[in-house]
Amino acid sequence: MDVSRRKFLKISGASLGLVAASSTIGGFVKKSNAFFENKSEDSKSVKKIPTYCDICFWKCGAIAYVRDGKLWKIEGNPDDPLSKGRLCPRGTGGIGAHYDKDRLTSPLIRKNNRGEEEWVAVTWDEALTYIADKMQKIKSSYGPESMAFFSHGIGGNFLKHMIKAYGSANIAAPSFAQCRGPRDVGFRMTFGEDIGSPERTDIENAKCLVLIGSHLGENMHNTQVQEFAKMNGDGGVIIVADPRFSVAASKAKYYLPVKPGTDIALVNAWMNVIVNENLYDKEYVDKYGFGFEQFKAEIQKYTPEWAYIETGVSPELIRDSAREMAKYKPATLIHPGRHTTWYGDDAQRSRAIALLNALMGSWGRKGGFFYPVSMDVPAYPYPEYPHSDKPKVDNPDKKYPFAHETLTTGIREATITGKPYPVKGWLVYGTNLMQALPNRDETIKAIQNLDLMVVVDVVPSEIAGWADVVLPEPVYLERYDDMNVEFFKEPFVAIRQPVVEPPNEQKPNWWIAKKLAEKLGLGNYFPWNDIEEYYKTRLTNAGLSFDELKKKGIIKGKKQPIYFDEGVPDKFQTPSGKIEFYSLQLQEKGFDPVPKFNKQKEPPAGTFRLLFGRAPVHTFSKTQNNPLLYDMMSENEIWVNKDVANKYGLKSGDYVKLKNQDGVVSNKIKVKATERIRTDCVYMVHGFGHNAKKQTLAYGKGASDAGLITKYAVDPLMGGNGMSVNFVSLEMQL
Amino acid sequence: MARFGMVIDTKKCVGCMDCVVACKTENNVPEGLNRDWIVQDVKGTYPTLNMQIRTERCNHCDNPPCVYCCPCGASHIHELGGVVLVYHDKCSGCKACMAACPYDARFIHPDGYANKCTFCIHRVENGMDPACVSVCPTHCMYFGDLDDPNSELNKLLNSRKHRALITEAGTKPQIFYLD
Repeated sequence: MDVSRRKFLKISGASLGLVAASSTIGGFVKKSNAFFENKSEDSKSVKKIPTYCDICFWKCGAIAYVRDGKLWKIEGNPDDPLSKGRLCPRGTGGIGAHYDKDRLTSPLIRKNNRGEEEWVAVTWDEALTYIADKMQKIKSSYGPESMAFFSHGIGGNFLKHMIKAYGSANIAAPSFAQCRGPRDVGFRMTFGEDIGSPERTDIENAKCLVLIGSHLGENMHNTQVQEFAKMNGDGGVIIVADPRFSVAASKAKYYLPVKPGTDIALVNAWMNVIVNENLYDKEYVDKYGFGFEQFKAEIQKYTPEWAYIETGVSPELIRDSAREMAKYKPATLIHPGRHTTWYGDDAQRSRAIALLNALMGSWGRKGGFFYPVSMDVPAYPYPEYPHSDKPKVDNPDKKYPFAHETLTTGIREATITGKPYPVKGWLVYGTNLMQALPNRDETIKAIQNLDLMVVVDVVPSEIAGWADVVLPEPVYLERYDDMNVEFFKEPFVAIRQPVVEPPNEQKPNWWIAKKLAEKLGLGNYFPWNDIEEYYKTRLTNAGLSFDELKKKGIIKGKKQPIYFDEGVPDKFQTPSGKIEFYSLQLQEKGFDPVPKFNKQKEPPAGTFRLLFGRAPVHTFSKTQNNPLLYDMMSENEIWVNKDVANKYGLKSGDYVKLKNQDGVVSNKIKVKATERIRTDCVYMVHGFGHNAKKQTLAYGKGASDAGLITKYAVDPLMGGNGMSVNFVSLEMQL
Repeated sequence: MARFGMVIDTKKCVGCMDCVVACKTENNVPEGLNRDWIVQDVKGTYPTLNMQIRTERCNHCDNPPCVYCCPCGASHIHELGGVVLVYHDKCSGCKACMAACPYDARFIHPDGYANKCTFCIHRVENGMDPACVSVCPTHCMYFGDLDDPNSELNKLLNSRKHRALITEAGTKPQIFYLD
């Protein structure tokens, strides 16, 4: 990530003598103000338009600046509770999405084989007619449930509505089975509620923040990072357990270099210390806890001495850090993380983290977990969706009893096997499934079984390369999207509205959904003429003004209680109505009622566990071709411990390839030889190594973790895909 | 007389590069070039490590060798706040300033002149903070008048341990990093 200036100096040194000879050129030019490159922001040529960001799912309120009709820059909207007037680097770089030279410009229909990225440009009417015909055929041959929708982000809302109107509930986002699912299940089993997004973590008011593999600061969820910096700056204590010395670790009072895959052992040992030394919030546990005594008995075996063998973290460090967290209860927040699909036992790990929070008494308390609030904006009064007799296709016979959202990989599996019933059409919006799902071969196998594969995107992504029809959308700065009625610390609604015109024939998702619905004979589900009318109806029904929302970007509601002591009812939606230290519903389904530690398979000699994470300047695999963000980080690196690198004769800047246990070999990737990682694992930032040729900047740059994740461990509770179970070797032959 | 400078709280900085991106959009800095950058300064061996993260840029030195060595009079000290600037149309692109700068803060703009951080003087003159300061999600950067004993900068410098970079070069840098 370090941006070196050295190269500039080298250039200067080499050419100095040569250029100096002509150095008086320009010497007589009158003094000028040429360094004032920009006109004042208040000049008449500058327009400011509020909207909310779409570079990630956080949906920060923003103000876009248009100068002389051209998009200039974006800043945070000071009224917005999420951005608080400041965007993250991706949001600031969002204008690059508008200027990306490789954008999709017109609808496309596939010319050759799927995956060859060869299409013919067609009109919107041709494209939509083609899709509607195929969808009608799927409906008549297999039923509407055989059409599935993969969506990520708020932009998918209208297409989701269209698919439901068509008759399918097989709608999934990788944010569940490939990301936050286990966390939400673990917390639901314990407190009766999900963590949600944006997270209900009150980092700002925490006196102690514990991060287990969560890398805030690199993971750039704006509000969380802002609160993290403030909390740290105000003298709050940070404790980090991570196999990698993350940015957050550099801020920590205690850093625990935990062995990958042993987090449950560590958390259970922490709980062992806290319970046996009576450091927990006894009053809170007595009042709200269910099954505490059984829980206490279960965790007796997890002593720090026992945990040392598993985790590699010394008993002293485990005890000291446990005692430290207890000092600040209930304002000790053990962060639930976000991307939590690591080893396949992730819902239980998340449950252990939830239980540690319960011991601190942090749920429902200031500096812990708050109760999110929202404005009362009624949904649009649509007709009822058609009834289906078929259950969703992704989780037959409730194989994963605690999956409360649809499983992407469940739909993929059904598409491959045709069981419990065939899936013949995929519509994909806002998610590059090639990098989001593990085991690419399975994804391709599923796609090859389809009668229809449609991708709506802004750039020719990898998943677009597999589509029969590609529909180009304007980037978020050129379109309306659904209004954001957010659940957060204070209630507010936000508008996404066009700042500049789409440059070509791109059409927004709401338009695509409405037109396609009309072609499918479902026009009655889209009674509004355009999205402004939709906004106006909903806002009028909520007693709010469209003009005001357009002008301000955000309308806030009245503050409401968010903690127990402010008046939030202290009720838990678990079977017992209490915080479940011991879970009977898990026991009934044959799972551990208290999380147990099970050993993970270790990397064989000469291989390393492949870990992956985020960089602050990129989102998933969708920003690598954004020229501004590409400029910040154009390729990822493989982090290798310095001693290991020395053994291999590698230094930073060298390139290697990675080969996994199934013989899959990555693109070449630059080595980062560093002290900041354990010797038994390697790490890379997710989202690179694109093989979509039409993304000319991102193509072939860096390596793809997703490509190497051929193996995944399925969480038996909820069907999540643990992806940190792949082992790679370093290949010198490029 | 004002003396502009910056104080940067390394405790808060996460090195996210928002300052770098914001500078690029604010000042139309060409592709592949940047006026500010991030340094991750790592010391120790795993797992006993220290890392300081810094956002760096031109230090707008009080004793600026880039100004003294400029044969064209392009590099100069601006009358407002002692900010070091370059007259683009006087600059020949000879790179003497680049060789003189201990911070590698300058580069040659594709249009042929030396370019670097201006402390966003066009914003400062209109009462705003530099773009990097105003976007920072961690609020780790403070811009202001070092000559004003009551400025936020001096309050921070009086109460926290701090240092400037490469002070041994004797250029009197005006950016200070809080530990």
